[in-house]
Amino acid sequence: MLSRRKFLQGMVAGSALSLLPKGAKAVRDEEELATLLDLSKCIGCGACVEACKETNAHKFPKPQKPFPRMYPSRVKVADWSDKQDVDDRLTPYNWLFIQTAYVTWQGKEYEINIPRRCLHCQNPPCANLCPWGACLKQKNGIVRINSEICLGGSKCKSVCPWHIPERQTGVGLYLKLLPSYAGNGVMYKCDRCYDRLEKGLLPACIEACPEGVQTIGPRKEIIAKAHQLAKEMSGYIYGEKENGGTNTIYVSPVPFEVLNKAIDTGPGRPHLKPVPNSMALEENLGWAVLTAPLAGLAAGALKVVSKLKKGEEKNE
Amino acid sequence: MSKKEKWFLGLLSFALLFTGFAQMPIFKRYYLADIPGFAWTADYYLNHRLHYLLAFILLFYLFYKVVTFFSSFQLKNLTFLGWLKVFLWGGIVFTGMLRVLKNFPQVVFDYKTVMYVDWIHLGLPFLLFIFFILGKVAGISYLRK
Repeated sequence: MLSRRKFLQGMVAGSALSLLPKGAKAVRDEEELATLLDLSKCIGCGACVEACKETNAHKFPKPQKPFPRMYPSRVKVADWSDKQDVDDRLTPYNWLFIQTAYVTWQGKEYEINIPRRCLHCQNPPCANLCPWGACLKQKNGIVRINSEICLGGSKCKSVCPWHIPERQTGVGLYLKLLPSYAGNGVMYKCDRCYDRLEKGLLPACIEACPEGVQTIGPRKEIIAKAHQLAKEMSGYIYGEKENGGTNTIYVSPVPFEVLNKAIDTGPGRPHLKPVPNSMALEENLGWAVLTAPLAGLAAGALKVVSKLKKGEEKNE
Repeated sequence: MSKKEKWFLGLLSFALLFTGFAQMPIFKRYYLADIPGFAWTADYYLNHRLHYLLAFILLFYLFYKVVTFFSSFQLKNLTFLGWLKVFLWGGIVFTGMLRVLKNFPQVVFDYKTVMYVDWIHLGLPFLLFIFFILGKVAGISYLRK
């Protein structure tokens, strides 16, 4: 597990090998990685938000204007290209923002800052339900949208329990297909700096944090650490079980239902409510679908055998 | 194939095609979901689950037919259109099962596989539909008489 502080300590300590974050080793081994966010440490300085913007700027949309006319006319375009500096909510140009909650809990006042971005679900409905193969989960737990082929239908946003992905019109493959009749741009969200992880680097938000709020590592270790941390601060965990399990684990000294009431929620500002597993029914139905061919073969074989038997009886 | 069986397969194919189309964000965009009683057509989760259920029925039926068809030596009677249908159905079933597999949390495919599986699963039903119509128009059967 690696936080920015430990990463820097490793650099000072010396050898080239010690520079390689454990996260990078896990990527090589294709291990599922999770991040732990210790909310008691976050001061809301915004360094992570800035680092995310700077590091991922080359992935941000560069829309062509004017946008194609949309049919039917009720289909609205989503244009954030003139509002690229917005950093108090999720946009196609801002994949991470900080929500702040001022709360009183057990007689004590708290200011809790919560870095919000995609939680990278273990069984992500955005990736499972994308009909175009544009959204996918990687072995290292990253859920990302392939901007080369995304058509911007926004289904990923509709099925995400937190409605994380954000659309930018006027960019992407739909412009080359039927721009007025199908698609509406490209969806954008945190990709947990997949390209940096591939190079053995930490995600930008983790590296930039001066308080060591975030840690990344193999999910099992992160979960164990989260429970240990929650025990030490008599705190609460969010993200471990939500939507069947995510790879973003928040630990807070204040219950999340209290935080949820104190934060601004709405478009681009996700909630902190409990979330049941969206894909639970599909996981069960999936087994039924996969065993259906065997059941069919067995039924067919029974039918053939009974036919043969009947034939034999007639011959006798 | 009996008339009842033809109807069954026709309705099942239509329902699969419909719930498959409902995976794309088009029914709301193109007003179908606005028709009273049709709001469910824009419910992605519901249609996804229905698609799974229907796929279960289809797979059971298809594999049942594979055994009974093979055993009755009808394979040699398949026309070119018949073989085409077999391959198209095979492709749809194969890519569909890969998609179901992919939707388990333990299973991960690389991004190109995810893309091609989805595109093939989307494209083959179109081809099947086109050949079905062509077969009907040209009066070609899938079995030699």
